[in-house]
Amino acid sequence: MKPLLDVKDLKVHFPLASGQTVYAVDGVTFQVNEGDSFGIVGESGSGKSTTAQALMRLVDPIEGVIHLDTQDLTALSGDPLRTMRHKMQMVFQDPYSSLNPRLRAGQAVREPLDLMGLGPVRGRDTRVDEMFTQVGLHPDAKRLFPHQFSGGQRQRLCIARAMVTEPRLIVCDEPVSALDVAIQAQILNLLKRLQKDKRLTYVFISHDLAVVQHICTHVAVMYLGEFVEQAPTGQLFAAAKHPYTWSLMAAALSPHDRSRAGARFTVTGEPPSPIDPPKACRFAGRCPFATDRCRTEKPTLRDFGLGHRVACHYAGELTPPLPELAATA
Amino acid sequence: MTTLPDPIGPKPAHPATEFMRAFARNQSAIIGLMLLAIVLGTTFLGPFLYPVDAYSMVDLPFAPPGGDYAPLGTDYLGRDMLAGIIEGGRATLAVGAAAAVISVVIGILVGSFAGFFGGAIDALLMKVTEFFQILPTLLLAMVLVTIFGASLVTITLAIGAVSWPQVARLARAEFMRIRKLDYVAAARTSGARNGYLIFRVILPAALPPLIVAAGLAVGAAILFEAGLSFLGLGDPNTMSWGLIIGQNRNYLLDAWWTVTLPGVAIFITVLAISLVGDGINDALNPKLRRR
Amino acid sequence: MQPILEIKNLQVGVDTGKSVQSVLDGVSLQLFPGKTLGVVGESGCGKSMTALATMGLLPDRFSVTGGSIILAGEDLLAAKPSRLRQLRGNALSMIFQEPMTALNPVLTVERQITEVIELHQKKSSAEAREIALEMLRAVQIPGPEERLIAYPHELSGGMRQRVMIAIALACRPKVIIADEPTTALDVTVQAQIFRLLRDLQMQTETAIMLITHDLGAVAEMADDVAVLYAGKCVESGTVEAILGAPAHPYTRGLMSCTPRLRLGAAANDPQAEGLGEIPGMVPPLGRFPKACRFAPRCALADARCHAEQPPLVDTAPGHSALCWKTSPEKAVA
Repeated sequence: MKPLLDVKDLKVHFPLASGQTVYAVDGVTFQVNEGDSFGIVGESGSGKSTTAQALMRLVDPIEGVIHLDTQDLTALSGDPLRTMRHKMQMVFQDPYSSLNPRLRAGQAVREPLDLMGLGPVRGRDTRVDEMFTQVGLHPDAKRLFPHQFSGGQRQRLCIARAMVTEPRLIVCDEPVSALDVAIQAQILNLLKRLQKDKRLTYVFISHDLAVVQHICTHVAVMYLGEFVEQAPTGQLFAAAKHPYTWSLMAAALSPHDRSRAGARFTVTGEPPSPIDPPKACRFAGRCPFATDRCRTEKPTLRDFGLGHRVACHYAGELTPPLPELAATA
Repeated sequence: MTTLPDPIGPKPAHPATEFMRAFARNQSAIIGLMLLAIVLGTTFLGPFLYPVDAYSMVDLPFAPPGGDYAPLGTDYLGRDMLAGIIEGGRATLAVGAAAAVISVVIGILVGSFAGFFGGAIDALLMKVTEFFQILPTLLLAMVLVTIFGASLVTITLAIGAVSWPQVARLARAEFMRIRKLDYVAAARTSGARNGYLIFRVILPAALPPLIVAAGLAVGAAILFEAGLSFLGLGDPNTMSWGLIIGQNRNYLLDAWWTVTLPGVAIFITVLAISLVGDGINDALNPKLRRR
Repeated sequence: MQPILEIKNLQVGVDTGKSVQSVLDGVSLQLFPGKTLGVVGESGCGKSMTALATMGLLPDRFSVTGGSIILAGEDLLAAKPSRLRQLRGNALSMIFQEPMTALNPVLTVERQITEVIELHQKKSSAEAREIALEMLRAVQIPGPEERLIAYPHELSGGMRQRVMIAIALACRPKVIIADEPTTALDVTVQAQIFRLLRDLQMQTETAIMLITHDLGAVAEMADDVAVLYAGKCVESGTVEAILGAPAHPYTRGLMSCTPRLRLGAAANDPQAEGLGEIPGMVPPLGRFPKACRFAPRCALADARCHAEQPPLVDTAPGHSALCWKTSPEKAVA
């Protein structure tokens, strides 16, 4: 089967006034099949949000190819790019800044239809009503302004706006991290239900492993502009092989497993800046398992079967410092 | 599961209502608004309430205020000062408003393109802006008026042409801030063209400080016009406050009212405009609103 | 054991101009030396108001309308403003969510730490500097001598939060109120900060009030837990009791809303996949229901829940819940 989204060697670099370069995204490759959801997990500065913006062509990659279906997005610009945007939409992190405060809710959801001239003009209001109902808002709320909605309701509006063009792909950039837990669960369940009903494909950016495990079929772990590990969700959480993935898993706090609290595996330091990152393994500086080889030779993504790829010289040889993973290793 | 039928909670007021309330709470802004109403009322209703020709001689020259024929006295040609101030107000306000509109339009165009596109376009436009900013504006305006002749239109254009850089800088800063907001990215992914993003999405959000700047630009333009007229570069055929001052300036010590009264008119107008401008600024600033 | 800080039946109201709306209604909490109390709830539940009332830093128009806050035998609500200033930063200090805005951008790290010390203790500037250096070592900042002369913007997010903690600890406070101290940080850094707080707490016997929306953070840090909902404390008890056997439907809802990280063999267990939901949202101020405030969102609610104030029920020793439905068979549901 041909993947819906095919990204090859994507690179986004930003030059700084000081003459240095931010290697925000530095050679990322992945495929997403129709109906799947592909999670990208990482900390700040990992480049996960820049990846999302590059997919949406909100920032320009300096290298690489993005294929949606059969179309090469990186080759498009101007009106052809503008008119194909209905095939891919985005849900942003902050529901407060992602809605224009001057547009009524109904106008905000209708805007993409008007701008891209989708569907008959007369049917657009009905379509907006349908979208409101599908995301769990009353169509009467159309006449209200964004500031009259709560955070969760705003995110529902953003989802309605993203869905109204019947896109093939939705890029969700931390869609629940600004919301309270109870509201977060409502939005996650909504995204999941809509995906099932409409056979949507998601690229889901998050810093929260538990959220990604809940919603995604495939996961990539990103560190300083690169994927260090990627695998189908079940495989990754059952048998993660990269020390950075372990550190994220160990650091995840959970009210369900209090046994993990206290003495846990932690890495030292903070993610270094993506300005001039280390030449060899980028995690070597924080990795408790690092050797001289890690500091001089760059690891490549190696395949461990079932689409499980890890960029670590010692992947498969190290014993995971997490008891759950060690048991299955 | 569909929940949340519609937004709950006390509905916050519409931003416009909120703005009006905040503005109404600001005493100095209300005083400014009343002064402005008096100025505008005098200028536009004055000719009907006080139908005296501003250009004809009604009494001896330099008749002091309180005389039988001219309540505010007469100027060096024996013309009625009150009629002159009423008549001159129209030209002064018109020049002020028109020049402000010109500077705001140029400023917004330059600033929005620079702020929106950034990079080379920004660098080029900002170089042009800086070029206009480093020139002494009064001298530049004087040169323009000298070359193109002292008519109301050239004066207006000259003032507009030299006072836009400030607006441009402000507009650029606002555009650079707002263009980074997610809803601009959302509009782009919704299929918006650049023109739509600039004029329909970002500009409305950038307007509040620009409206304030426009108000202050009116005040500045009035002062500018007065300055030009005072230096003898005003339109000699149209009565304006600056012109009255300029023509009577040699007699300041003998007939103080000929210079002082139009000066007071200018002062009140500019004060009213800045009070109202400050009021708008504060009312638009949510941090100050609560006080 | 004697609590070091005891909040009894705290009432906070906000003056809306027309009337005084209740923000906190009868919140009672106890903090013990060397222990951490987690105060959890969604935004708008009153967690931050509890913290600010304790610090005596309620925003304009908010005021305490009843109850008492007793710090080591002294009622803070009866204390004079000058006495409160003396206590703040000294016996009682606070760690904020966003270290970048809580730190003064134009002062060096040294100045920010020595400022509190000189304000509260008779110390020479050389002595204060020595303490500042010692504090930076205590919060495990690498190269503390160089960091003393750094400005906040020159530090990473995690380092800034460490400096905040150093300032909070500088005067050896009896109680620290930490308001979402790790929310702005990356997960790996969050784990480091929590570990640091626990280590420091063990050495200093400081009581910590941890204000958080994250039950995971509670599991990690807290000894005791109070769950707030719409201005009321709906459940309190030890962390084992609350997370192990939550008695209030709201607490159970919060637990089921938090996605569970399943590692190892559990990763492929399809049984564990569902995510619970609490419908609706926290009612806004002034719209609190008359009877049980959680009733409109509660799956168990019946006519009585909508009509009468629920009682505070002791479900186990030291574990109580404000609910009509805490009987054992219901608790399992």
